[in-house]
Amino acid sequence: MSIPVKSLKAQHHQFANPAFQLEVLQHAGTEEGDFPFFGAKLHEHKLYPLRPTGTTILQVNVGKMCNQTCRHCHVDAGPDRKEIMTRDTMQLCLDALAKSPQLTTVDITGGAPEMNPDFRWFVEQLSAMGRQVIVRCNLTIILANPKYHDLPEFFRKHSVQVTSSLPYFSASRTDAQRGDGVFEKSIKALQLLNAVGYGREGSGLELNLVYNPSGAFLPVGQKSLEGEFKRRLLSGYGIVFNNLFCITNLPISRYLDYLVESGNYSSYMEKLVTAFNPVAAANVMCRNTVSVGWDGYLYDCDFNQMLELKVQFGTPQHIRDFNLAQLDQRAIVLNQHCYGCTAGAGSSCGGSTT
Amino acid sequence: MENTYYNPADLKKFGNITELQPEMGRKFFDYYGEVFKEGALTEREKALIALAVSHAVQCPYCIDAYTSDCLEKGADENQMMEAVHVAAAIKGGAALVHGVQMMNKIKDLTM
Repeated sequence: MSIPVKSLKAQHHQFANPAFQLEVLQHAGTEEGDFPFFGAKLHEHKLYPLRPTGTTILQVNVGKMCNQTCRHCHVDAGPDRKEIMTRDTMQLCLDALAKSPQLTTVDITGGAPEMNPDFRWFVEQLSAMGRQVIVRCNLTIILANPKYHDLPEFFRKHSVQVTSSLPYFSASRTDAQRGDGVFEKSIKALQLLNAVGYGREGSGLELNLVYNPSGAFLPVGQKSLEGEFKRRLLSGYGIVFNNLFCITNLPISRYLDYLVESGNYSSYMEKLVTAFNPVAAANVMCRNTVSVGWDGYLYDCDFNQMLELKVQFGTPQHIRDFNLAQLDQRAIVLNQHCYGCTAGAGSSCGGSTT
Repeated sequence: MENTYYNPADLKKFGNITELQPEMGRKFFDYYGEVFKEGALTEREKALIALAVSHAVQCPYCIDAYTSDCLEKGADENQMMEAVHVAAAIKGGAALVHGVQMMNKIKDLTM
C-alpha cells in the first residue's frame, strides 16, 4: 500500500475529524456486543477515576509540521500541516516549568519538532534551566536540508536525549510505514548521531529507538527485540544505541484509517481489549505526564491531544494558567483508544510499562 | 453445521476444549504455555519453529496464529519464509528418502 503524500486533513478525510474518530471508537465490538468502556474496565480493577501519581514530565508538541507522512501517524502530521507553536507559547511553557521544579523532564515532540523555527531557542532555554530534554527526532530531518545537518552536534551540546522511530531493521517494513527511502536515510542519520557520541558507552549521550509494528499486530518482548535490533544494526551498519522502546499503535487518526481500510479494525480492537493488563493500566504515562498542544492547551497525553480531549473541565486548560498542584488532582480523560496503552506489557512514550 | 470444516472464529475458542475434559485440557494448556516461554531458545525462535511445524502439519489455525505471533515477536518476512522452506525440505526429504526403500525393494524383486 503506498503512502499518501497529503495529510488526512488536506484530503478532507472523515478521519481528520476527532468527533468522527470518537464515534467509530465508541461503537466498536464483535458479534457478541460492544467492547466494555475503558473506564468500566479500570473500575473493575479499582483504578477509576484514574488520577496522576505525580507529574514529572511536560510533553510539548511544538507542531504538526513534518517532512514525512507516515502511514500510522496519530498526529496526521505532514508537510502540509501549518499548526506550530509560537515563541510566545514556548515562553509560557518555560514560565510554567520555572514555577514547577517537579517537572524534571521536557519531552519535545511533533511533527518534526526541529522544523519549528523556534525549536533551537526553546531547547537552549530548557537546557539553561537544567531540565532533561528529550527530542523525538524522526531521523530523516537531519538529512532533509543543509540547515539541519548540524542537529547531532546541537543535540550533543545540550545533552538532549534523542528518541527516534525505526520500526524495523529492514528497509521493506520501515519504508512501508514511513515512506520510500526512509530506512536508508534513517541509517545515515543514526550513523551521524553515533559519530558525535550518541549511543556510545560512557558518552552520556542517550540514543533510544522506537519500534512500533508495521501492521495490525501488537508489539511483544521489548527486551528480546532490543537484542535483535542491536545485533542487526551493529552487524549490518555499525550502529549502536541505548534502548529500544516498543510502542503499541493506538487506533486513532491515520492508523485508525489504516485499520478500517484494511479490514483489521474489529480484530485489532479485540486484541487490545483481550490483552488488557491491570499492571500496565496502573503504570500508564498519563499519570506522570502533562501534554501541551501547539496552541498551548493542556491534555492528558499526545493521543488525547489529537482527539481534542482537553484535561478535565475545572482544571487549568491552558499553559498560561498552569498549576501543577491542581493538575495532579485531576481525573484523567479516558476513551476506548486508551486500551492501546494497557495491552500486554503496556505502552508509553518510553516503551513497555511492566 | 458450518459450510466449511475450518472457521477462523473457532481459533479463539480453542480454550473451550477444557469444557468436556477440564483436567487434561488444563494440563495441556499449562504445558503449552511452558513450552513457549523463553528458555534455551528465544520466544522468537520458538515462534518460527511453530510456524514451520504449522505448515508441515497443514493446520490453518496454527498458520494464522503463528504468522501473527512471529510478526509480534519481531521475526521478519525472510526468516518466516525460510522457516516454511525448512518444513518443506523436511516434508520433501521425508518423501524422497523413502526412495531408498523403494530401491531396496526393486533390488529384491528384479533380476
